[in-house]
Amino acid sequence: MANSEIPKPAIRWHIAVFLAPAVLVYTAIMIIPLFGTLQLAMYKVVEGESLFVGLENFQKLFGDERWSASFWNALANNTWFFVVHMLVQNPIGILLAALLSSPKLRMAGFYRTSIFIPTILSFVIVGFTWKLILSPLWGIAPDLLGSIGLKSLYTPWLGKEEYALTTLALVSVWQFVGIPMMLIYAALLSIPDEILEAAECDGVTGMAQFWKVKLPLILPSIGIISILTFVGNFNAFDLIYTTQGALAGPDFSTDLLGTFMFRTFFGFQLQLGDPNMGSAIASAMFVIILIGVSIYLFGIQTRLRRYQF
Amino acid sequence: MLQNSQMKGRARTLAAHAILITYTIIALFPVIVIVINSFKTRNAIFRSPLSPPNSETFSLVGYETVWNQGDFVLYFQNSLIVTIMSLALVLLFGAMAAFALSEYRFRGNSLMGLYLALGIMIPIRLGTVSILQIMVASGLVNTLTALILVYTAQGLPLAVFILSEFMRGISDDLKNAGRIDGLSEYRIFGRLVLPLIRPALATVAVFTMIPIWNDLWFPLILAPAEETKTVTLGAQIFIGQFVTNWNAVLSSLSLAIVPVLILYLIFSKQLIRGITSGAVK
Repeated sequence: MANSEIPKPAIRWHIAVFLAPAVLVYTAIMIIPLFGTLQLAMYKVVEGESLFVGLENFQKLFGDERWSASFWNALANNTWFFVVHMLVQNPIGILLAALLSSPKLRMAGFYRTSIFIPTILSFVIVGFTWKLILSPLWGIAPDLLGSIGLKSLYTPWLGKEEYALTTLALVSVWQFVGIPMMLIYAALLSIPDEILEAAECDGVTGMAQFWKVKLPLILPSIGIISILTFVGNFNAFDLIYTTQGALAGPDFSTDLLGTFMFRTFFGFQLQLGDPNMGSAIASAMFVIILIGVSIYLFGIQTRLRRYQF
Repeated sequence: MLQNSQMKGRARTLAAHAILITYTIIALFPVIVIVINSFKTRNAIFRSPLSPPNSETFSLVGYETVWNQGDFVLYFQNSLIVTIMSLALVLLFGAMAAFALSEYRFRGNSLMGLYLALGIMIPIRLGTVSILQIMVASGLVNTLTALILVYTAQGLPLAVFILSEFMRGISDDLKNAGRIDGLSEYRIFGRLVLPLIRPALATVAVFTMIPIWNDLWFPLILAPAEETKTVTLGAQIFIGQFVTNWNAVLSSLSLAIVPVLILYLIFSKQLIRGITSGAVK
């Protein structure tokens, strides 16, 4: 370290000065509210006064039929949302990255830039754009399907309970496929040429080379992508709110934990908002995300072998 | 034998291009459809949605509606203020903290690093109920300051993480030379280190900027008043009101797309270089 040659002053105030702004803002706006929310989840407003009720809100959330049905519905939907991302978004991202990273590929820059464009757009744009395109009123989706003779497959996907959630998950996949693509692309580029040349000398080329040499080397990146997807999906809100509104229709079939928390916190239609129950849902989300992150950090990341080049 | 493998290689390249072109079309098609239709008359939007506007179907009526009805100039201004201010604070505070963590050895260093890194995995949204209460208590609801504070806190963890990784790579000789010349620690940071980490700062800037510009959640909850609406929230509400006016909806969507697109095309080299240089692992 640099300061080993410097006589040590008693208190190095500059360290505190450098750290203070970041630590203060981060603690005041992120950490304290996070614990504040966990705390709020244990209170209840009775006749205008906040009372400590312990775990009563959680009992209500998991025990009361009306609450628990909504919670498990949102959690199940959220899990499916995540599964679609893992099964569609990440494999497509890896495929695109593998193709892009092949040496001497022309127009690689153009493909890379274009495929990443949806990722930079806001959920509002993405949501409305797809709502218009899939709309039966405008007819772009049925016309396109008609042009390849599959018009009979068309239904107003966003309006049907059985399709709406999967459709929205795929829209979200469309938007975010750029992220796994870029991260895997970076990982593939960092594999040294000598390794690939050695593989080629041994006659391992093409697909076999990808499966046997490259894939094991990019596993840590796939792990990172999975956990990023997990955290992103389990606090998703904007896309559903934009396309289906706070009620996450049709009939709550697209309700995620984020929209459920928003509705509870702010109220909807005739039901009044309840910050304490909202906090209880936020706390449940916190636990879910914490479990996911712990599984990744202690279960997966430590077992993945990292290669140093 | 050689010819055979050459043919195989060519076929593989062709297949790669075919897949990439197909996916590029999937990625761009919706955006293009929206933008070209925003320049067409209502009839043409429905009659031939896939053809570009020509002299007969060209119309700016949607843009006129947006211009007259929505306060988009104000929304843009708000989004710009919020994004630029938060970005400046994230970069400055983030670089300062990263410098402290990577440069000095002190008790609690790695604990502090871990504490600041927590926020990379835990979304700030989970604290929303409490954040709203704090903002109400301090009278910051419906101010841009509330948004700037939240986005600064949101951006700091990743910024500190990336920047301190990067700063560890800067040679000590340079900094020690500065110390021998009598530069204070603050000057070493400002004059020597900051210019050297410019590429990393640009990467962090792009990563921080996009989610701030696009966020709907916090503007909706902390600053929904007319005079503090951001573009994203403004577009959401505007489009909700004009659902049946297709010209206006398509134009406002295009207006929301184009600035981000231009910024992206300017910075995309920087972004890709940032990702691929291993700044983000």
